[in-house]
Amino acid sequence: MSVTVWVPRDAGALALGAEATAKRLVAEARAAGAEIKVRRNGSRGLYWLEPLVEVECAEGRIAYGPVTERDVPELIAKGLLKGAAHPLRLGKIEEHPWFASQQRLTFARVGRIDPFDLVAYRASGGYAGLARAIELGPDATVNEVLESGLRGRGGAAFPTGIKWQTVLRQPPGQKYITCNADEGDSGTYSDRMLMEGDPFSLIEGMTIAGVAVGATKGYVYLRIEYPHAYKVLNGAIAAAREAGLLGADLLGSGKAFDLEVRLGAGAYICGEETSMLESLEGRRGEIRVRPPLPAEKGLFGAPTVVNNVITLATVPTILANGAAAYKEYGQAKSRGTLPLQLAGNIRRGGLVERAFGLTVRELLEDYGGGSMSGRPIRAVQIGGPLGAYLPASQFDTPLEYEALSGLGALLGHGGVVAFDDTVDMLEMARYAMEFCAIESCGKCTPCRIGSVRGAEALAAVGRGEDRDRQLALVEELCDTMLNASLCGLGGMTPFPVQSAMKHFPEDFRPRTRGG
Amino acid sequence: MSAVATPGGQVDESRILAIVARHRHQDGPLIEILHDVQASFGCVPPGAVPVLARALNLSRAEVHGVVTFYHHFRTRPPGRQVLQVCRAESCQAAGGRALEQHVQKRLGVGFGETTPDGRVTLEAVYCLGLCACSPAAKLDDEVHGRVTPERLDALLDAETGVKS
Repeated sequence: MSVTVWVPRDAGALALGAEATAKRLVAEARAAGAEIKVRRNGSRGLYWLEPLVEVECAEGRIAYGPVTERDVPELIAKGLLKGAAHPLRLGKIEEHPWFASQQRLTFARVGRIDPFDLVAYRASGGYAGLARAIELGPDATVNEVLESGLRGRGGAAFPTGIKWQTVLRQPPGQKYITCNADEGDSGTYSDRMLMEGDPFSLIEGMTIAGVAVGATKGYVYLRIEYPHAYKVLNGAIAAAREAGLLGADLLGSGKAFDLEVRLGAGAYICGEETSMLESLEGRRGEIRVRPPLPAEKGLFGAPTVVNNVITLATVPTILANGAAAYKEYGQAKSRGTLPLQLAGNIRRGGLVERAFGLTVRELLEDYGGGSMSGRPIRAVQIGGPLGAYLPASQFDTPLEYEALSGLGALLGHGGVVAFDDTVDMLEMARYAMEFCAIESCGKCTPCRIGSVRGAEALAAVGRGEDRDRQLALVEELCDTMLNASLCGLGGMTPFPVQSAMKHFPEDFRPRTRGG
Repeated sequence: MSAVATPGGQVDESRILAIVARHRHQDGPLIEILHDVQASFGCVPPGAVPVLARALNLSRAEVHGVVTFYHHFRTRPPGRQVLQVCRAESCQAAGGRALEQHVQKRLGVGFGETTPDGRVTLEAVYCLGLCACSPAAKLDDEVHGRVTPERLDALLDAETGVKS
């Protein structure tokens, strides 16, 4: 009898050699006279254990990891195909402490199923949300999303239901659903994992949004840096269309919705929603001045929902299980779960989906296991290149929207990048300005010029030139950028810069002694 | 990747127009078209700009503006291989800065440049979404995580069969 072995095709697993592992498994099994079927899944999110191989045995799916190509012959010889003991044997992932303590709602299927397997998706509750939305009708569906407390997971944390309500209330006519899959923040990869591991949840979420607000066309704006997600999404869209889950007659309801994936072209600014809309229209990704809001006048001038991948992929579970069930997770105004992403200098990096409220320290220590280098973690940056740096004294802050904004920080898209004590915070502040200068769309002066001057001034501080005056200039530039930029790129680049200056002043002082 | 623009900026207009025709059904197709032009020519040759402008009823300035706005579009063909090294924070936290220095020294070019022998184009990239296994790099279509200078050398050597 053929044994089923799962090997992820997630880009992170591939980057650690999963393709070679898969090929070697087939070759070695054949050499050993065993019949195996290698199936491909997304990643479970325990990246320090990738490539993570799971074998279907009588007792369940038994995991081994990390399994490199070189480990395969020995593992096969020692009985991997029977789930036999071995130092790399991890048991069932669901019972692994790192995984068992998580609350996976949005990521319930990621790593468990073949992303192209629509039958498996439906067998695990998929499309129950769309069926319910069709039954409820637009107003009640929007109300359900509103009631769930779901806020935009892309970073802005705007209540999703209110956005949908605004689009629903626009006069009937052409409307659009757009998914922002331009996940450019360093330290974030949950969108990528979701699209590569469970694309149907995003497709279903966008379809529900379409049914809810009266839009018949959707676009996924995907960054070019994610070619693996591009293939998976297009394959899944074709399968959904084939099954009547996209197209002119959704589930026999007479309602229509279809989707197209558009590739970006390497511009961080296109993650800003109005810039994304410009880019979807085939133009330079220069931001638009609001108002009008995209919900009123968005893509091609029509009312448009703009939501992040995680936001949309969470909608099916909310509709299927009800707003109340989702709302039970989380605290205060941060309801539901958040897929946190551990990155940077960290021993056990990966995806942790939990109800809001976990502290930074719990994430770094209990999940992350401290730094990869073994040195103390000196700083974390939360929320990407526009997020503040937190010093160790703030590590007891809960990871939720209001607690972080109270510190002048932000949760953003949930990426947490750890730095050990070798980090030079002056250099990180300079880099923040440099990145803004590289990625500025150029439309407003504070961002376009402020970032260039900021990077120059911080470089001068590094060389010890005219330190006090340069730092005063940086403060002034930050103030101008913060208050006068048209969008978050110029308006938030000061967060990493000012937090670095505030919490790590020693790195900005003259460094003549001791290097 | 097939033949590139001829010197003097002339391009095979029919090839460009065939690409445009494939996107006729799409709204706002310019960026989609540019992706296909780059896939076909290895870059967006300057000679393609007026052809696209005429075909799409846009000004040359509009097309040029889009080509130059996005980091991904090139106006000259790249080397035989394209190596992208991530420069973003997560990779910096995990040794990416040393990797940046090493690769520039090894190839003898800076980011955005091609080695004089036309073998490798080195590009900076700002996040490949592989931040749980930083530092990350991409050589042509293959992604790599936890890249050390030694591993990067091995990857470049493997492609050319050269031992360093």
